[in-house]
Amino acid sequence: MQTNATSGQSRQVSLSGVDLEVWEGGKGRTVLFLHPGDGFDASAPFVSSLASRFRVIAPSHPGFGRSSLPQSISTVDDLSYLYLDYIETQGLENILVLGVSFGGWIAAEIAVKSTARIAGLCLVDTVGAKFAGPMTREIFDLFSVPQYEQARHLYHDPKLQQQTYAHLDDETATRMARNHESFALFGWSPTLHSQKLADRLHRIKVPTRLIWGAEDRVVPPDYGRHWESAIPGASMEIIDQAGHYPHIEQPEHFVASVARFVDTLPAGGGGKSSDSP
Amino acid sequence: MQSWYFSEQSYYPAWDRDVTPKVTSPSSLVDPEIAHRLLRDYIEECKLCDSLGLNIMANEHHATYTCMNVSCLMTLGIIASHTTNARLLALGVPVMSRMDPYRIAEEIAYVDTLSRGRLELGLIKGTAFELYISNAHPVTAPDRYWEAHDLIVAALSKRDGSLSYESRNFNYRYMNVIPPCYQKPTPPMWLTTLSTNTAKEAARRGHVLAITAVAKAARQSFPLYREEFLKTHGRPAPLDRFAYLGYVAVARDEATAIERGRKILDFVKASERIEPRFINPPGALPHADNARFLKAGTTVTHRNKLLPDGTPMSNPPTPREQILNNVLFAGTPDQVYQQIKTFYDSVGGFGQLLVQAGGTMSHDEICDSLRLYATEVQPRLTALTKSHALAA
Repeated sequence: MQTNATSGQSRQVSLSGVDLEVWEGGKGRTVLFLHPGDGFDASAPFVSSLASRFRVIAPSHPGFGRSSLPQSISTVDDLSYLYLDYIETQGLENILVLGVSFGGWIAAEIAVKSTARIAGLCLVDTVGAKFAGPMTREIFDLFSVPQYEQARHLYHDPKLQQQTYAHLDDETATRMARNHESFALFGWSPTLHSQKLADRLHRIKVPTRLIWGAEDRVVPPDYGRHWESAIPGASMEIIDQAGHYPHIEQPEHFVASVARFVDTLPAGGGGKSSDSP
Repeated sequence: MQSWYFSEQSYYPAWDRDVTPKVTSPSSLVDPEIAHRLLRDYIEECKLCDSLGLNIMANEHHATYTCMNVSCLMTLGIIASHTTNARLLALGVPVMSRMDPYRIAEEIAYVDTLSRGRLELGLIKGTAFELYISNAHPVTAPDRYWEAHDLIVAALSKRDGSLSYESRNFNYRYMNVIPPCYQKPTPPMWLTTLSTNTAKEAARRGHVLAITAVAKAARQSFPLYREEFLKTHGRPAPLDRFAYLGYVAVARDEATAIERGRKILDFVKASERIEPRFINPPGALPHADNARFLKAGTTVTHRNKLLPDGTPMSNPPTPREQILNNVLFAGTPDQVYQQIKTFYDSVGGFGQLLVQAGGTMSHDEICDSLRLYATEVQPRLTALTKSHALAA
């Protein structure tokens, strides 16, 4: 079990054949945070900010962080069922599912299957659906970019775009490399989308907020507008001075935006603590 | 020793253009008439090899000016019609990138039948950058490769009706190769690899192990193969289980041969002009290697940049440096024989030499080099392996 400055803790949860690393911190309404394609970093400022308002549960997807990757898990569909199992087995209810980019795709795949235990859905610069015709590539192909150059495409801030990794210890760098490979396992083809998701988004019947970086070059805000149209009652909020990762570039605006959305949801407990028997 | 003429069938007139020759380059740089002439010249070279007693090897690549051959089996089918004696080596069919094992099996059997059993077959993994073109999944590709390999062999071996196959990767109701291969159960099998683990697997299966233009890999893999072959089959591995690909340029005088060698090495130069983003799709390498690239902020190819004594080579390497590295065999017939023999002795011998020419060499230069090789080098190589076998 690992503890960090945000008073959260990581632990391993055994579920459906997966040894899942789950970080949990904070109190209040339960937020299931589904991380993007480069994994979950508990030390990112948005995490402590989010955990100061909510009970945040952030699993590392199979193949990411310290989560195992059994052969039975190879698609986003598999991930969505795994998290539905997680929500059910942990007794979570009335929760907010918050997914960023790749995590948004998983969140949407969960929500089209069942929102029985979900009070609201928050999709941040999500990928996962295709709206345009076959000759139009709507989602930038992050797999045609070496991992060490991903930041150039993910961020708006030139300083963040130029980040390097020489300072990383080997264990961290190897974990990041594994994260990237797992990201590709789930998103290689069709590139970062499911062919059927767009036609299923109408099934999402819970309040949905789309949060988008104004300067996103992986999936520009216009792509987000398709999501807004496809999910009944969805609304969209743009965060300025942010690219594909507004939670990293504008953490305070991001958390405030999530909080504003949560304030509109019916009050709810969030179910049992995952530590409860 | 058997020798196999090999050309990448490059469209070299585009190499002096300021574009990457791979993946995304515009096809408009190809002049159809010139491409036609180059492909016809290539077939003429194969016909010449047939008359000279040399065998022929073909490979394939995709979306690149460095290789116009998009299907080695299609090309070998054409060459089969123009030749009578040469054995025809597909090295190889890139199984990771070609998604339909049944179709591959059918094409193999067709070429083998058309050539009256002259086909030899390498079902290889293929080049990582081509996963971007085929869209084959790089993370699951290694597992899919061996499954496809074995499925093709099973389909070729089955002669009593159809095969049913259902797995996570491939599903066929009725897999039935008609006509079947001329050779039974399959053409002789080859593998190329730079991995020592795959080399050992080749030994267990008894496949010919081909190392392409990386002398160090041959020095590492050949002994491992020998050890594994003995362990598995209870007898020493014959020389014909070992193949090495070298760039070969022969001429009457050394200066001309070295210049021809330089022209072949133009291929290597062009081949390395690939955008780093396409070198290493996620999943193609182990996590530790990718972690190294991440920290370094760069991706490198496997090409050796050092001389045997550890001295860095020029950039690009000179012909004489590549001769020292046993990548290029260039000179008069005597010199080329000595260079090959020196390398041969250093790796415990091999029975197959893949003789790559091409690059920016002209058709006449290639034909002249092949004639000299076939008449003045090949006989001595044949004697060399014969004496080696007798000594064994």
